[in-house]
Amino acid sequence: MIDTKLTATGVRRNALMALALGAMVLSGCHKKASAPPPAPLPSTTATDSVPTATLTADPASIDLGQSAVLNWRTQGATTVSIDGIGNVNLNGTQTVTPSASTNFHLVAKNDAGGTTEANVRVTVRVPVAPTADTSNQGDMGSEAAFHQNVQDIFFGYDSYDLSSDAATSAQRAASYLAAHPAIKVVIGGYCDERGSAEYNLALGENRANAAKTALVGAGVSSNRLRVISYGKEKQFCTEQNESCYQQNRRAQFSLDR
Amino acid sequence: MSSRLSKYVMWMVVAFAAFSRYGSAQDNVFTGTEKGVDRIRVAAADFKPLSPDSAALKTTFDSVLYADLAQAGIFDLVSKSLLPQLTPGAPSEMNVTQWSANPTNAAMVAFGSLGIKSGRLIVNGWLFDAKNTQYPQVLGKQYAEDANDNSARDIAHKFADEIILRLGGGIPGIAETKIVYVHGGSGSKEIWMMDYDGANPHPVTHLGTVSLSPRISPDNSRIAFSSLGREGFQIRVFSLLLNRMVAFPAAPGTNLSPAWSANGAQIAYSSSRSGDPEIWIADANGSGPRRVTSFRGPDVSPVWNPKTGSQIAWISGRTGLPQLYTMDADGAGVTRMTDGGYATSPSWSPNGQFLTFAWDRKYGPGAPGGQDIYVMEIASKRWIQLTHDTGRCDFPSWSPDGRHIVYASNSGGRWEIWTMLADGTQRHKLSTNGANDMPNWSWK
Repeated sequence: MIDTKLTATGVRRNALMALALGAMVLSGCHKKASAPPPAPLPSTTATDSVPTATLTADPASIDLGQSAVLNWRTQGATTVSIDGIGNVNLNGTQTVTPSASTNFHLVAKNDAGGTTEANVRVTVRVPVAPTADTSNQGDMGSEAAFHQNVQDIFFGYDSYDLSSDAATSAQRAASYLAAHPAIKVVIGGYCDERGSAEYNLALGENRANAAKTALVGAGVSSNRLRVISYGKEKQFCTEQNESCYQQNRRAQFSLDR
Repeated sequence: MSSRLSKYVMWMVVAFAAFSRYGSAQDNVFTGTEKGVDRIRVAAADFKPLSPDSAALKTTFDSVLYADLAQAGIFDLVSKSLLPQLTPGAPSEMNVTQWSANPTNAAMVAFGSLGIKSGRLIVNGWLFDAKNTQYPQVLGKQYAEDANDNSARDIAHKFADEIILRLGGGIPGIAETKIVYVHGGSGSKEIWMMDYDGANPHPVTHLGTVSLSPRISPDNSRIAFSSLGREGFQIRVFSLLLNRMVAFPAAPGTNLSPAWSANGAQIAYSSSRSGDPEIWIADANGSGPRRVTSFRGPDVSPVWNPKTGSQIAWISGRTGLPQLYTMDADGAGVTRMTDGGYATSPSWSPNGQFLTFAWDRKYGPGAPGGQDIYVMEIASKRWIQLTHDTGRCDFPSWSPDGRHIVYASNSGGRWEIWTMLADGTQRHKLSTNGANDMPNWSWK
């Protein structure tokens, strides 16, 4: 049993334990969430002024949407907390599903005020659609200006037809390209993640070609334009809803370095 | 090999006569493995161990032999609990009446012995006709290979194939065939290969980019596939004999979905070098490419008729959503096969009569349907649906015996490779380390 000092912490701890035990009795056996915190381990030596802690993640590298298991062990600590999770048991495991690469930071303290920390990084491989970098390129003008004036064209499902917006957009792009004759453009064709990989690569090709045809029709010389299809192999977003699908059905213009 | 080939041809004629009779009599599509077709009741006995150190290899051998015979699609395998508690190791120890009696009721018994001698695994196997007490032996084989787990699997596959060939109407078994496929999710995708039963999965390419649509050549010497390079997707070829990439000429545009002709002399593929993805045919080393289709719209995923070598089926978006078409290899005789929905990824059956493909018959916003594997009889355009409510399915590929189809499915959340009989039964998963996709069955 835990030493119940007559401190606010002690009384609170007692009350919590009673509640927890009561909850256990009423609701049957449960996982650690309702169990009282275990007794702190007795110090192994009289000179332990700082607790020890280790924190690991397995696997340390995951694909977006997968989970990793954090595993921590402490000695000589009375409270342990992990950023983003909160107070945890002195030893334990926790499954996490981060949506981006995350550093997990554990802090273990003992009653004497000693503190120790442990870190582990879980790397999340997020599918990255090719995006232009933000550096300035002399002859070709700035990336920002390029993307403002030469905007991506979006398509309906299973379609590579240009909407009327696309035609207007192509005109604007053509003017900008005429004013910057050194610019060469690579046009990427993309599809949403439904449907078949092979057909989507062909459809992506048709989308990119349709965008190229629009630019050529507006006066851009075709030897400044290069087409490459990514099908559904590179995605701009991964949610399974119509707005994300629409984001992926596009011809993307990039500076061709 | 040539005597085996002529025996194969003879049995194919017999099998064809049988199949075509059923084809006209039945009301539905008949691929030869449905219920109601008589299955031979086979008992696979545990083999007798000849040396005490062979226990682990014997376990592997017994389980692989059992699985190969159970997967074949033509046997009714006696369950282990109904077998007599006997392990005859030689014909002199075999009494067939014990195996043809109740409850075993076997028509055929496979049995034998297995042991390790001087580091070699020696297996003697027999197939006995349980109803023929006078002259029961159907076949007897001896195998000797280095004593390791892979050899135990190998020998079991060879023995199972002998039994299947002998009892299965002369069509060779598939126990030694391979499946090539794509492994990888977001990020890089590489070409991998595994045994037909899912064993020994291993990478073939290490290109660090997105590689898709692997197709193994008819002589098992090369894998053609499509890989993302700087200028877009290109057809590339990996030599399994030399264990490295070999040359294939690059072409402008997006080049996809290579398909070998049955004699291995030509490759059909989709190329957009003319500005629109069309079907092209080139020699197997890539020379002499010529365009075969010329309609506006994506044309992709060609596959040859393996029986005649003179027809191609492929997917075309010329009318809108992708549909399945067939044509002669010179581009004449274009025939549309599907009447709507979203159809992709055709594979042509070895006997030339059927196409299997992935089809979502209610595609589009507002009426979303499921994508399932279908089989269509080419002559009549009648089709049957093989998968139901098991997630999205795609990329079906026929086995060389025409009795099985391997495909990819995301049932359970991850894309994995699955296999089933050509009537949709006996479905099970082959891969477990997804994402795995786009399987292709070897020709032999």
